[in-house]
Amino acid sequence: MLNVKLPGLDMKNPVMPASGCFSFGKEYGDFFDLNLLGAIAIKSATKEARFGNPTPRVAETTAGMLNAIGLQNPGVEHILDHELKDLEGIDTPILANIAGKQVDDYVYTAEKMSQSPRVNALELNISCPNVKEGGITFGTVPEIAAHLTEKVKAVSDVPVYVKLSPNVSDIVGMAKAVEEAGADGLSMINTLMGMRINLKTQKPILANKAGGLSGPAIKPVAIRMIYEVSQNVNIPIIGMGGIQDADDVIEFFLAGASAVAVGTANFVDPFCCPNIIKELPEKLKQMNVDHIDELRGRSWGRC
Amino acid sequence: MINEKMLITKNTCIAPKIYELTVQGDLVDLIREPGQFVHIKVSDGTLPLLRRPISIASINRNTKELTLIYRVDGVGTKTLSLRSQGDRLEILGPLGHGFPLDVINQGETAVLVGGGIGVPPLYELSKSLSKKGIKVIHVLGFRTLEDTFYQKQFEELGKTVIVTDDGSSKFKGTVIDALQLLNLNYQVMYACGPTPMLAALENGYSDKPLYLSLEERMGCAVGACMACVCHTVDEDDEKGYRKVCSDGPVFKSGEVKLSC
Repeated sequence: MLNVKLPGLDMKNPVMPASGCFSFGKEYGDFFDLNLLGAIAIKSATKEARFGNPTPRVAETTAGMLNAIGLQNPGVEHILDHELKDLEGIDTPILANIAGKQVDDYVYTAEKMSQSPRVNALELNISCPNVKEGGITFGTVPEIAAHLTEKVKAVSDVPVYVKLSPNVSDIVGMAKAVEEAGADGLSMINTLMGMRINLKTQKPILANKAGGLSGPAIKPVAIRMIYEVSQNVNIPIIGMGGIQDADDVIEFFLAGASAVAVGTANFVDPFCCPNIIKELPEKLKQMNVDHIDELRGRSWGRC
Repeated sequence: MINEKMLITKNTCIAPKIYELTVQGDLVDLIREPGQFVHIKVSDGTLPLLRRPISIASINRNTKELTLIYRVDGVGTKTLSLRSQGDRLEILGPLGHGFPLDVINQGETAVLVGGGIGVPPLYELSKSLSKKGIKVIHVLGFRTLEDTFYQKQFEELGKTVIVTDDGSSKFKGTVIDALQLLNLNYQVMYACGPTPMLAALENGYSDKPLYLSLEERMGCAVGACMACVCHTVDEDDEKGYRKVCSDGPVFKSGEVKLSC
């Protein structure tokens, strides 16, 4: 009753940890069997290794957190040779997130990554708010996002998902632009730009000043955007933004998501993903639903 | 490491804003070395959302209890201070790598330097060193005499010099001033406290083995979120960084760059 099939991702359940919130899986593999997960979205890979931003890189907010990690990762080659090798023992599909400063970086990383037998699909990060070049600029102008999607699609051996930024005025326009450019699916939403100021120092808490807001605080924004986009595109959506429990997963399906990703909640409870997967069948039974797919888009109808 | 709902057996104020929290459970059996920490969900809801990392001040394996000493400084620690005896607290741990005990031999002397809320993990360290037959000297800095805690407990284990910013203890100044004056003969130094204090120790006392426990804002505390990283001093290091939560929080002086 939980299995879902998305382009490149044949998932035994619709729950995956979100990119950037699960590293490359090893740390959480100490807590539970990674085969329990529907898929794993691994941390962003870039062409070169990146250290990321100075600390502090995280700040807590009401029901959420700000982060400005800055895409720290060991570079695509290292990830292929080490981090992905470590995941060979498990059969959970891998959604490999990629990022870059310019189009060529994305194309280089996408080509390399998509050739790995361990990678089932790519997730284009065009919405990272924490890097000076690239990142979010690709995610705010539909023509630029579409151009990048086309270029990456041309070199990728696996389906390509585009991770959308909520920091735009017309999310539907953006979604349609990347769909037309050939995207096989969408991930939404990435973090919302935010800031916190320390009352003692009277300066921003994050060294990067601004950061991306995640956690339960952004869930209504994600739900609204998925509700609107899912009714205007024909490609599946991996929904994310503040998911903490099975009820949240159901709400994302009702809004129009075809699978979900859990981000910040992993930090609160390392067992969050397996717990949600365990709770879902009972919730569906209570709703008289045989398969979770039946819930998708149920909120769309008029009252 | 496990995530356990531990029983609160004590949560009391022992100095202005300073609380001593004792919890009981199986997690205690897993603690390997002094200087490790736990990650606490201080409330069941989303206020606050994230856990709070707090170092372990002492353990009692017989009663399966561990003691944490924390300062009420924000919404997380404020909420924690309101939890009462008999409640259960969700605690993840033990986490990180603590102070090494095998770098010093029986009969030798260790100097333990602490500043403010950096003092607590030194207590379990001092107990462990004493048990090994190592002579311990404590140099502990606080703002005022009123802010001091655990003075008696430390004195029971070895010579203890309390330093205060305002001179309300016998010794006025910083722990660095005190160390210069005392000119101690020792083999290994261990320290935990504010980063400027650790940097000053690194500057003046790296000629002998020196181990520093760092503090950093954390997200996951298990090495996944990359919030608490610091650069290595060695620029040719393969990774170029260390995670305070899972590679530390204790590092040998000279391994990582201190940011202050």
